[in-house]
Amino acid sequence: MAEMGLVDIRHSVIETEATNEGYERGLIELAERGFDVIVMDADLAGSSGTSEFRKLFPDRFLDVGLCEQDMIGTGAGLALAGKCVFVTTHGMLAAGKAWDIIRSTICYGSLNVNICGADAGLSAGGAGGSRQSLEDVAVMRTLPGMTVVVPADAVEARKATIAAARIPGPVYIRFASARVPIVTTDMTPFTVGQAAVYKQGGDATVLACGVMVYEALKAARSLEDEGLSVRVINCHTIKPLDRAIVNRAAVETGALVTAEEGSTVGGLGGAVSEALAQSVRPTPIRIVGIEDRFGESGRHEQLLAHFGLTARDIAAAVREVHSRKRGAAEIEE
Amino acid sequence: MSPTPIELKDISKIVRRDVLTMVLEAGSGHLGGSLSAVDLMVALYWDVMRIRPDHPVWEDRDRFVLSKAHAAPALYAVLARRGYYDVKDLLTFRKLKSRLQGFPDMHTTIGIDASVGSPGQGLSIANGIAMAARMDGRQFRVYCLIGDGEAHEGQIWEAAMTAAHHNLDNVCAIIDRNMMMGDGSTEDIVALSPLEDKWRTFNWHVIEVDGHDFERLGSAFSEAASVKGRPTLIHARTVKGKGVPFMEGKPEWHDRKLTEELYEEAMRALG
Ligand SMILES: Cc1ncc(C[n+]2csc(CCOP(=O)(O)OP(=O)(O)O)c2C)c(N)n1
Repeated sequence: MAEMGLVDIRHSVIETEATNEGYERGLIELAERGFDVIVMDADLAGSSGTSEFRKLFPDRFLDVGLCEQDMIGTGAGLALAGKCVFVTTHGMLAAGKAWDIIRSTICYGSLNVNICGADAGLSAGGAGGSRQSLEDVAVMRTLPGMTVVVPADAVEARKATIAAARIPGPVYIRFASARVPIVTTDMTPFTVGQAAVYKQGGDATVLACGVMVYEALKAARSLEDEGLSVRVINCHTIKPLDRAIVNRAAVETGALVTAEEGSTVGGLGGAVSEALAQSVRPTPIRIVGIEDRFGESGRHEQLLAHFGLTARDIAAAVREVHSRKRGAAEIEE
Repeated sequence: MSPTPIELKDISKIVRRDVLTMVLEAGSGHLGGSLSAVDLMVALYWDVMRIRPDHPVWEDRDRFVLSKAHAAPALYAVLARRGYYDVKDLLTFRKLKSRLQGFPDMHTTIGIDASVGSPGQGLSIANGIAMAARMDGRQFRVYCLIGDGEAHEGQIWEAAMTAAHHNLDNVCAIIDRNMMMGDGSTEDIVALSPLEDKWRTFNWHVIEVDGHDFERLGSAFSEAASVKGRPTLIHARTVKGKGVPFMEGKPEWHDRKLTEELYEEAMRALG
């Protein structure tokens, strides 16, 4: 799919970068382009991707210390007074600790506060289960008016940051400090709310977000060799979900797998399941993610394997849904 | 018989060496805030707390809640050296399937009284344990170690009110007042001073002490145990990165990665 401007994951050496670098580039670009942007951080500038911004635009930066709840409330005030606000803290601190403030102040008021979850997913690695945020997408998705975006790589993270500034209501964007493969380029189209088909295929579809987009593309390649033609969709926007593309994939390929670096409860898999269950054609689905449990200590790439979040796991899930689809077809006959 | 201040100093040195080795081996971890808190935890575990390392779940033991949970390396080394588990286990810190998770987990590590991780939550836990002790007529005390940056968290101040309101004199909180947090000085980021006075106005008994002086720490903890009707805060002035000159007072050593060379240099400095 040349028109998507994707990196060819088959030969070139795949470069890696942390998505929080893309966040930082996006913030700097916004300020340079004249957006009235204010960036807040809660004593994490060293790792969240705001330290360069702080250096370049000290007047647009506020480190609030370990006051996550106060930060998000203050962000609401700044937004009410016309600022375009980006608040930054660990995924679960934003999504968890400050959830009621996000709900009752920001979402209820429909304010332009963009909430940036740093070091989300398993990226916190060695820090282990209490710090890794696997539930952030699920809890943010339940909030009325909230947009939820999980960028696939640093390039997309930059685009998502810039897009968030233009969306009038709140946006939750998930970033991480672990290096992950870069699969998109500046040419790759990105629109919040529109999932993108990265590979065509007719036998099954994988809808992935975050680092799992790369793993899904790899899985699809290997399944090709087995004669299975798999569609791969980058479903970076979990909310609002691109129902049209999900329904089309269900009708045209009849078997779906979702893949995310997060809980199997209520995330991308949950969103797609809700859509499918109410669509015209019930479709076999498998949710690849972390099964309703906390993370644990380990290196990021070790943890992805440990929790079953690799191309191999996705391929196994695809074979399984594909066989269920065949089974269903036989029953119909 | 309790150890002398000189003996405690020697133990601290061993614990600091363990902390450096663990963080080097793990490839990540919080050095500055672990090193600043070593002496406080050594005082507690060797001199102050009534515990039985051979019976870690003894019901009448004093409890310890590490609210500044990122100092886990220091607590793990203290527990190992105090005999709760094998010192060799320290080398598994932060590794896949290790019992020593990045942040303390009471279900995997022997001797941990409460699982902790997210800053700001420990004092409430300590209060709850202390209330239960009182309900059950038990005499044990509850110690809770809080970072100064951590004291930004609103929940700390909710808990401070709760402990004072309920006259929890079996609670003793310790602030590791190293004046630093992750991004820099607490006073530059969001000033805490005068921190002692804040606790006083919250009706706590406050004791100020040099957090690296075992003799003073010993008397402070005794005084705390004798206070009736009020919780005590030990305001321990400490140095972030204590014991390793190139880390002392340097916020970047909050969680910077340790190289082999710097590890050697740090071990030499510790002696
Ligand atoms: C709620 C929350 N905020 C922030 C962090 C990241 N973090 C952990 S410790 C810390 C700094 C804490 O400063 P302080 O309590 O002074 O610790 P010390 O200087 O003693 O290491 C930060 C920013 C986190 N893990 N959770």
